Order: sequence, then structure tokens, then C-alpha cells
Amino acid sequence: MDAESLLLSLELASGSGQGLSPDRRASLLTSLMLVKRDYRYDRVLFWGRILGLVADYYIAQGLSEDQLAPRKTLYSLNCMEWSLLPPATDEMMVQTSVVKGRFTGDPSHEYEHTELQKVNDGEKVFEEEVVVQIKEETRLVSIIDQIDKAVSVIPRGALFKTPFGPVHVNRTFEGLSLSQAKKLSSYFHFREPVELKNKTLLEKADLDPSLDFLDSLEHDIPKVEP
Amino acid sequence: MGDPPPAPDPSAPQPSSRRSSQVSEQRSQERAQLPPAVPDGVQQMPLDAQVLRSSQEILESQANLQSWSQGASLSPYEQLAMFQAEEAQLGGMEYPSLNTGFPSEFLPQPYLDGGGIQVPGNASLMQQLQHGRGNVFQELESAYQEPRPDLLGQFSMYQREDLQFSASAQHGPYMSDDPALQFSPSELGFMSFSMQVPEPEPRELAVQNAKAYLLQTSVNCNLSLYEHLVNLLTKILNQRPEDPLSILESLNRTAQWEWFHPKLDTLRDDPEMQLTYEMAERQKALFVRGGSGEGEQDMEEEVTETAVPNIMETAFYFEQAGVGLSSDESFRIFVALKQLVEQQPIRTCRFWGKILGLSGSYLVAEVEFREGEEEVEEEEVEELTEGGEATEAHGEEEGEEDEEKVTDVIPKPTWKPPPVIPKEESRSGTNKFLYFVCNEPGRPWTRLPHVTPAQIVHARKIKKFFTGRLDAPVISYPPFPGNEANYLRAQIARISAATHISPLGFYQFGEEEGDEEEEGRAGRDTYEENADFEGIPVLELVDSLANWVHHRQHILPQGRCTWVNPLQKTEEEEELGEEEEKADEGVEEVEQEIGPPLLTPLSEDAEILHTSPWTTRLSCSLCPQYSVAVVRSNLWPGAYAYAIGKKFENIYIGWGHKYSPENFNPSLPGPIQHEYPSGPEIMEMSDPTVEEEQALKAAQEHALATAEEEEEEEDEDEDEDADD
Repeated sequence: MDAESLLLSLELASGSGQGLSPDRRASLLTSLMLVKRDYRYDRVLFWGRILGLVADYYIAQGLSEDQLAPRKTLYSLNCMEWSLLPPATDEMMVQTSVVKGRFTGDPSHEYEHTELQKVNDGEKVFEEEVVVQIKEETRLVSIIDQIDKAVSVIPRGALFKTPFGPVHVNRTFEGLSLSQAKKLSSYFHFREPVELKNKTLLEKADLDPSLDFLDSLEHDIPKVEP
Repeated sequence: MGDPPPAPDPSAPQPSSRRSSQVSEQRSQERAQLPPAVPDGVQQMPLDAQVLRSSQEILESQANLQSWSQGASLSPYEQLAMFQAEEAQLGGMEYPSLNTGFPSEFLPQPYLDGGGIQVPGNASLMQQLQHGRGNVFQELESAYQEPRPDLLGQFSMYQREDLQFSASAQHGPYMSDDPALQFSPSELGFMSFSMQVPEPEPRELAVQNAKAYLLQTSVNCNLSLYEHLVNLLTKILNQRPEDPLSILESLNRTAQWEWFHPKLDTLRDDPEMQLTYEMAERQKALFVRGGSGEGEQDMEEEVTETAVPNIMETAFYFEQAGVGLSSDESFRIFVALKQLVEQQPIRTCRFWGKILGLSGSYLVAEVEFREGEEEVEEEEVEELTEGGEATEAHGEEEGEEDEEKVTDVIPKPTWKPPPVIPKEESRSGTNKFLYFVCNEPGRPWTRLPHVTPAQIVHARKIKKFFTGRLDAPVISYPPFPGNEANYLRAQIARISAATHISPLGFYQFGEEEGDEEEEGRAGRDTYEENADFEGIPVLELVDSLANWVHHRQHILPQGRCTWVNPLQKTEEEEELGEEEEKADEGVEEVEQEIGPPLLTPLSEDAEILHTSPWTTRLSCSLCPQYSVAVVRSNLWPGAYAYAIGKKFENIYIGWGHKYSPENFNPSLPGPIQHEYPSGPEIMEMSDPTVEEEQALKAAQEHALATAEEEEEEEDEDEDEDADD
């Protein structure tokens, strides 16, 4: 949710039962303003909240001019002080895929995971049990990245691509009409397109290169009737 | 495409050609039309595709008309046809300058009928036509529309259907429809000449058949061919493109596309959004205060206690905790609950929560009926089941009779279905409360049926999202006994039993100390509010989980709250199954299942993966004086409870599933049953062939023969020995 329209977006998204208490809302509004000024972001989005056992993480993302560039992720425990998270890498994903269970809420907490690793000791090869420590911060980063890649959605027409490459917010976007809003094809994944190049030339001919440059939700698995 | 128009025929129309018969019809109709005067009423007739089609064809024939120069014996009907054609066209199109424009623009289409019509003195005819006597056309139109016994109307109908048929003459599906087509043209001419009213029924019928066929809606959408062609021809006539025949295909496709993609006009408002209007209408009904009544009296009555809880207050406290629906949705829920209380005889009511679904969500209200009100529905259900049992018994008797007649008794399977565990009585255990659901505030509330232990047991094994429709089937393995309403009720029961908590001391057991020993095993199931409860400070509530207790009974693995021995049979069953009882006894002994007793503190709940199943929070750390203690369940994500002072409340907003650290794996189907063991008694062996049998027989005879020889030799030996 955009920091500027935070209150309205929270109202609209309240159907799922998750919301923010008034004190959190107030502190978010002020702190996100400060984050935008300090880090010089073009847009600051309130990404959401990850529940933990002891404390909850509040996550925000900052975008630069080019909307599709990799985003900076920040987290906070009290909606006031924000810390930057490192960008996600594939190694992190592999490493953290073994951790299960809830987040504790303590960013310095380390999960222990025992692995069998082959250790070469001269000519002998034997397996040793190695205890791998995984930091909760790493897990946080990879989970946020996975969630973004899977479910970050944007309606068609909200962003447009300039001929030079960068992607901008479309200021003339007025929203989708009622019939368009019911179709899955009017929504795109807000990430680097993966399936676009697999489309046939016939399909590509129907697309508008300035608006249809992202993957649509139509072909996602599992398919659900609307 | 079509055949080139036949050469203009000066003589009488040829009987062999159907087209010319039509032409003669046209002529006859025309002639008859000329005498009548200008009609009175001018009616605006809606665009008629038949008319369009026929008029288009008439246009072509009219164009031909102009090119003809030969004058021949033209029956008045031909002129009538032309006149009528243009009338139809004009009336249908409502274009004043039609007649001047058309003949030049539309070239004679080869596939349309351009029969050899000759109209002597067509110039005068054309002048008459070109004077734009629209009212005449419209009268004809009206004649066509209303089934008056009007000669002209009859002719016009017939003519139009003819022309329409001729459009598809190459396909020719309608020829059999119209009985009149089989007549020879001379007969037709004769009939029309005499100006008798022909039988209207077959022609009308044919016309109506044809129109009905055209009005059939397509399988894919709600559009019919009729409407589409109307649309298409209107577009063509509006736009007047050059050479429309060659672009007909693309025009057709564009018209079809536009039907489904209405152009969004940025200047004008969209009159769509009917769904949202309907919803608003429905919700408007909620906001109207029920009853007629005058102002003040009603207010006083309503201020007294009502069963509807104070939802706004609850919503406020949950909002402090960061949970809950937006305030206007909470208000709508409040008004909807008020409506429910008015409709049903309810003693207490509570908003249980919201269960999200794929196509729609459920708002759940937990109610308790007043005494005695509930039995009506249960009796109906019992009657149905008893009726079912009676028919089953009857069926069994018949089956037994049949079996006696059959000599070979089919071996009965030894498998017996496991005994059905009876469901709990209403107002006790899992069925303590009744639940009503609705999809949105404003929609009617539906009552959920009571839950049976079998449903709870199965609900523990499956994990399906709710769709939002109560009658949706739940397709799963192991198969769930019931539809979505039953699954929903089972999940509600599980969630309530697991997550409804209250501060320690709010509820206490009743003062019945004498029964403690007897009830020791079963556990108590009643509690009452503690009048002396003085609230626990919020900080203590947050710090220790022992300050919270469950006030709902735990559900045993059996699926009930109180244990029932499934092997105990009722009296009826004992009479029937005396012989079988002896076999069963001693084979199975079921242990009694015991669960934690009522009012157990949360600290005794089992852990999940070394983490506590509950998380406590203070709602606002910046102002602990006024904040609320919030408890969140880790086992059922979405279940929350708050407490402050003497107030507390539980709510569930979520998808209705338990938390599991692993992804859900549906249970595998059971192992494959063993086949009957192969032994020699069932081994198939091929019968010996004829050669083998003969060989065996020969071998046996040979053995016999040798045996006899040996005996003889022995006898001889013995004789020899004896002799010696």
C-alpha cells in the first residue's frame, strides 16, 4: 500500500480480518514519511506484517523511479525504527528452505539445522553432522522475496513502459471497469516477466508493448474458477 | 455466389422457377396494394430483420426493375410487390430519402433474387414510391405484425418470407416449411387474383416457425441470429460503406466483437454496476427500523435488553488489537444480527466470526434458541430418518424371501461397517449452540445442521477451502459425509472447542458437590458465570497463560465431547443380533477416551513443534494503562481473544484451517486387498486332449496285457513246479 493512501487502503483490505491498531497506523504514517525522505525513494509501500511468537515484523518496501528495479526492503518491530534488509539471493532460498515453523520475532535468533555433509579428509570420505546456523534475518529476506514473486499483483494499465526501458506509474490510470476487474487477465505479476517470452507470436501481436510487459495471472497454477 | 439473375421474362412467370413464382407473387401483391388509400395511423415499427432482408432483395429487384424496359402483361400483383417492397424497406428503415438513394447504390446482388420482373409504367410507380409515402409502408408493417385477416398483410407476410427464403435458397432449409411454395404459380396467381383471403394458418405458421428459428439463442451466449443480423444491417445502413459485400465478413466479425465489448464512453457514465446496486438495495432494507410504531414508544422498548450483542464495542476492542473488520462492515453485521434476532426465537446471540472462502465468505452467528423452540425442526428430521428405516426393513424382508427361493446361497461378506456413533443431543457438547450463516449482511441467514461425530472425524483428515456456497460438494479422500454446510459446521465446532477461552475465574462450576464422584470420569459440562469476578489486570493476563481457561469442551478423538461406547447396542438391536453378539464380545474392547476437563488453563495445552500454541500481546506498548490483552492462537491462525477488566470476547476471522508446519498431504488410499490365495483347488488346468486320452488308454491296456501275461507265466511256473 502506498504510504500516501495508507488509511484508505487499510479500510478496503479489512475484509480478511487483519488490520492495524490505531497506534500502529499513526506511527506508520509518520515513520514512512521519514523513510521516504531519508532514503530518497520515489514511492514507499507498506508491504505488510509477519507475525512472530514474541514480536511481529512490519515490512516496508521502497521503490525508485523505475518501478521494476529491485526493491529495497525494510523491517521494523515497532513501526518507528526501520532497518534495511539485504537483498535476496538464490543461496539464501536454498538455505532457508529447510527451516520450518513460525518466526520467533527476534531478528538475531538463529535456527539450528543439522545436516549431513561429506567431508574430505585426505583420502577418507566420511559424513559428518554439521550444525548449520541460519539467521532469522536471512529467513525473513527469502520469505519476503518468495511471497513477492508469487503473489505481488498489479492491475493492467497501472504501469507503463517507456521506450527507453524504465517503467513508470501511469498517471492516467483510472482503474479497471467492472467487467475487466472480474477477469484474471487484467492483472499482472509485479515482477520480472518470466513467461512473456514463451508466448507465441500470435498472442504477442495482440499485446500492447507499453502496457502488457508483465506476466498475467491467467496461466498460473492452480486454476480457480472466478 | 448465386446464379445470375434469370433473363427478364416478358411472358407469364414460369412455373418451374420458384423465383419467378415469387416474382409473380410480388407483382400480384403490388397490384392489390395500389388501389387502397393512404392508411390512417402512422406507427413506428421496430426494425425488422426480415423486412430488412426482404427489402434488400426487393431493392435489387427494384434496381432490375428500372433497367427493364420491356413492358409486358404485368399483373397488378407484381407492382404491388415492388411497391410493398419499398414500403417495407422504408417503413422498417425510417429513412425518408431511401428510395432515391438505394436503387443507385445497391447493385443487384447475384445471390439474391433478381427475377425477371417487368413493370410497364414503372416510372409512374417509382414516382409514387419516391414520394415517400411512409405511412403506407407502416400500415403494411402493422399488417404484418398483427395477425389481422388482412389480405395485404397476408401477402406481405408471404412475400417477405419468400424473399427471406430466397436469400437462403441455396441452402434451402425452409422449403419444406411453407406449404404454399408447393403450389404452382398459376394457382397462386389465381388465388391472389380473386382477392380471397387465403388460409392464414399455414403461412403464418411458416413465418412464425421461421422467425422462431431465427430467434433461437446461440449456445455460447444469449444472442440470437435474428438480433445479430438486425444489428449488422443497421450498422451497414448507418455507415453506408462502399462495396459492402466484400467487407461483409469483417463487418460481421466487428459486429460480433462489439456485442461483447461495449465501448466505454469516457464522457458519459457507465450505467452498468448492477450488482453493486442490488447489494445496496438489499442492505438498505437492513437499515430500516422494523415495525410501524411511533417514535418514542419504540425507542423505549428497544432500549431494554435485546439478545443482540454490542458488536461495535467488540469491534473497537479488536481493532485495538489489530484484528477485525472495518467499522462500517461491523455495523452492517450488527444490523444483520438484529434482523436475525427478530426473525428467529433467539435467547442469546453472539457474532462468532467470519470464515473466508474462495468465491464468498461466511458470516457466522452463534445463537441459542429459547426453550422448546428448537424441537420442531428436529422432529421433522427424525421422521424422515424413521421413514427411511421402515423402507429399509421392508427391503430386507423381500430380500430374504428371494434368497430362500434361490438354492445356491451367496456367501455373505464378513465385513461389517463400523458402528455409527450417535451424534450429540442439541444443547450439549458440540451441539451446544446453533449456528446461522450468511454470505453478506443483507442476505438471509441460513441455519447450519447439527454436527455428527463422523463429520468431525473426517474433517480432521481433510483440508479444503470453502467456496462460499453452502450446497457445494466436498470432494476429498477419505470422502466427507456431507456437503459444504456440514464441513463448515464441523470446522466451526473444532475451532470453538479449541480456541474459545476466557479469563480465569470468569466462569466457574455450579455448586453441585455431591455428584463429583459419579461425574469424575465424564467431566462436567456446565458452567455458569461468576458473579464475583473482578477482572485480572491486563499485564498479568499477558504474562501468564495460566490466567486463561478453555470454557468449551474438548472434542475427543471419537468426535464427541462425551464418550459413548460404540459397542453398546440398544435394546432393539440386541433382540435381533443375539447370535452375533457372542462372536463380537471379547474381540474388541474400546477404551474410554478422556479429554481434558472443562475450564483447563491454557498453559496445559500441547505444544506444536516446541512452540507454545498461544501468543499473548499487549495491544499498545506505548500506553499500557489503557491497552487490551490479546491472545492469538498459533494452532488455528485467525482465532483471537481479548480481555480487559470484566470484558472479554473471542472471534475467529480466517480460512477455517488448522496450522500445520508441513504442507498438507491428503491421505493415501488404503492398501490393495489381497486376492484369493492361489492353491491347487482353484488352479486351472487344461483338459487332456483326445490324443493324450487315447495314449493313456493304450498305455493302460498295455499294462493290463502285460500284467495278464505275467500272471499266466506265473501260473505256468507254478504248474511246472507243482508237476515237478
